[in-house]
Amino acid sequence: MFFTSYEFLGFLLLLFVCYYTVPKKFQWMLLLLFSCVFYFMADPYYLIYISVTTVSVYYLGLKIEEQAEKQKAYLAAHKGTLGKEEKKAYKERVRKRQTGLFLAALILNLGILAVLKYTNFVIANVNGILHAAGSGHTIAFVDLLLPMGISFYTFQAVGYLIDVYRGTIPAEKNLFRFALFVSFFPQLVQGPISRFNDLSQTLYEEHEFAWSGFSRGLQRILWGYFKKLVIADRILIGVNEIIRNPDDYTGAYVFAGMMFYALELYADFTGGIDITIGAAQCLGIRVTENFNRPYFSKSIKEYWRRWHITMGTWFTDYIFYPISISRPMLKISKVSRKYLGNRIGKRVPVYLSSFAVWLATGVWHGASWNFIVWGLGNWAVIMISQELEPLYRRFHARFSVEDKTGFRIFQIVRTVLLMSCLRTFDCYRDVPLTFRMFGTMFTAGNWNILWDGSLLGLGLQLTDYAVLLAGTVLIFAVSMLQRSGSVREKIAAKPYPVRFAVWYGLFLIVLLMGVYGIGYDASQFIYNQF
Amino acid sequence: MKRKRIIRAVCSVLVVVSTLFMLQKLLLPKYVSDVVEGRLIAEYYAEEKDHDVIFIGDCEVYENFSPKILWEDYGINSYIRGSAQQLIWQSYYLLEDTLRYEKPKVVVFNVLALKYNEPQSEAYNRMSLEGMRWSMAKVKAIQASMTDEEHFLDYVFPILRYHSRWSSLKAEDVEYLFADRKVSHNGYYMRVDVKPAKDVPEGKMLADYRFGENAYRYLDKMTKLCRDNGIELVLVKAPSLYPYWYDEWEQQIEDYARQNGLLYINFLELAEETGLDYNSDTYDGGLHLNLSGAEKITAYLGQVLRDEYHLADRRPEERLSRIWADKAAAYEQDRKRQEEEMEKQ
Repeated sequence: MFFTSYEFLGFLLLLFVCYYTVPKKFQWMLLLLFSCVFYFMADPYYLIYISVTTVSVYYLGLKIEEQAEKQKAYLAAHKGTLGKEEKKAYKERVRKRQTGLFLAALILNLGILAVLKYTNFVIANVNGILHAAGSGHTIAFVDLLLPMGISFYTFQAVGYLIDVYRGTIPAEKNLFRFALFVSFFPQLVQGPISRFNDLSQTLYEEHEFAWSGFSRGLQRILWGYFKKLVIADRILIGVNEIIRNPDDYTGAYVFAGMMFYALELYADFTGGIDITIGAAQCLGIRVTENFNRPYFSKSIKEYWRRWHITMGTWFTDYIFYPISISRPMLKISKVSRKYLGNRIGKRVPVYLSSFAVWLATGVWHGASWNFIVWGLGNWAVIMISQELEPLYRRFHARFSVEDKTGFRIFQIVRTVLLMSCLRTFDCYRDVPLTFRMFGTMFTAGNWNILWDGSLLGLGLQLTDYAVLLAGTVLIFAVSMLQRSGSVREKIAAKPYPVRFAVWYGLFLIVLLMGVYGIGYDASQFIYNQF
Repeated sequence: MKRKRIIRAVCSVLVVVSTLFMLQKLLLPKYVSDVVEGRLIAEYYAEEKDHDVIFIGDCEVYENFSPKILWEDYGINSYIRGSAQQLIWQSYYLLEDTLRYEKPKVVVFNVLALKYNEPQSEAYNRMSLEGMRWSMAKVKAIQASMTDEEHFLDYVFPILRYHSRWSSLKAEDVEYLFADRKVSHNGYYMRVDVKPAKDVPEGKMLADYRFGENAYRYLDKMTKLCRDNGIELVLVKAPSLYPYWYDEWEQQIEDYARQNGLLYINFLELAEETGLDYNSDTYDGGLHLNLSGAEKITAYLGQVLRDEYHLADRRPEERLSRIWADKAAAYEQDRKRQEEEMEKQ
């Protein structure tokens, strides 16, 4: 059931009616039921995979906590009778048992994810090596089911497990409540990757119907549909034409495709998240924001703090920090300081940890070298920027441009261009082709296609470009307004006719200018595949 | 305060309903130029419903039979409920729909539609189904006709289907926003131009010549519906040379007609009796008849209907005669207009 299908809207409507009709103590159970139905309708087999993750993480999380409680009880019972060393030895034994349980859950769940998502990638690479070695032998690809949103719910469940293991949150005692945390359907498709601490309370508490919150939710959903149906799915036609025919579209077309894709990805992903957050808000549930006007970032580092925020913080909290403070890394730090000096040496562990994070980010995004190179590309740009930081500082001090609007705009444009360049790896079928196509931007010399009408040959009419331009201006204007607070609240403060005109006008725009229905290739959200 | 809220809500609902209604009207295809077939089905509802004969089927009925000839030559009041590539289940439900308004004595069904066993094309579905008034028959017709890509909701709210037409609206979309323009003569779509039938392609070999189960099921339903309502069902095969009519298909229809006691007329075999000349009586090389051809085979059919079913000559009915006089005038005017246009070319 796509977010953009009539079925989904009917499903939401039915849920809203039931949700505010049933006794409040049953609301969370109803949500679980609807989440299961949502997943079942996508494919009944998906339920098996998500159930394995739910039950294993729930059970082993409880067991981990049980160890901690046992330890607490033991230490309390033997207070005063145990020596420091005995206490330490006991704690170590408990920690070892907890680690065993933790690793079992981790290996099982990340193993499922790895097998389902990366088996064919591994086979393809092994086949490549066999071919290069002159072997006629090839391994057949396997046909594996990849459950919708598996990366999202696995990461969410693993995040919970790590938090329980660290003792920062208590384990959830009720299996069904935990199942709702893992499977809450609006965010199952493409995130955000919520933390148990953030989501659980709002998810399980009783919610009274409140028109103001409900209407704000609907408004957010509408805005999401605008971005997805009017902008993303319209420009997708042009993007597909360019990237599926690399021989026909080189040079400036690659640049156009790159910029089109930047707009498409933004409108698609943020639109989907708007629908997710809006649907949750209609239910009285607060879901973590995943974007903070990322295209206003002045550096790649800042961009990644504002784009797919929950994924970034997940990798930071659960990969970057643990690696940074791991024993091997501390050793590396010591050695590098000794041989490379304090200034450079102290950066080595940071760069290595960061390398691991970006490698994981790339791998998480997809089973292909494109994503790995894309991830490492991000890492390289961030590291280079960091290394050049003193140079930037000197430049800023000399020319005092930092506070100038023009320079800020330059930084923003530079960041968008850099990100767009890196994203070309998302588009083309393999890494060499991506490099080749990127190279043609500097060799083809066909920049005239940007204004001589050639872009009309991409399957987009003049009216489409007009809609895209107007839509982009609207998104930009809303982003500007957001800087001083919620736009929906600002609109809510206006007189009724204005409010009505704004929201009904937006509804009509989506209804008439949305790319949906017969004749259009209904496109799934880009991030569903992750 | 409460009163103010109620007024506000009512006004908002009125604005929403009226703008959506107007937009839907505007965006719906008007079918007044180029493809006019989309208007055929809806025109029936404006008629006096007192017909002796109802034709149902695809282009092989609405382009090949002229109700005006049945009236003028035999006093038979008839109407054609046909549209482009009208599938057999659409014909069946259109017959059910027709029976809500009237009970004809004879139903003439063109059998070419039996070649299709499954839904075919969304565009043709639209032309057959959109003109139908809402009833259970329409609901069932839509359900039976939808291709995989279609959605029932798009039929309930056609604005969802035609929403993107805003960028290709023409003057006629505004002109015919509420205005109507008749494009048929009791369901007959007139063409007077001539294109002789030459080099008609032979039928390709088929893997299976048997009509599909679904198609047969609806033929059975149609036979039963007619029987239950005391209506004589006549099966016809119009004299269109293409799509090819296979001997195997002919045999199946002959068998079916015999087993069910139905009259079956294959006009492909009656060129001599009807006087049909494929050099002058078709406007598209044998696919469809022009006016001259349609009038010839209708004259023959009228004779059969009168002889077999003893349909009364209703020309003495004053009121009906007056109606038909107007229809005949419009018919002649259309013929004249088309002939003049042809002369100009």
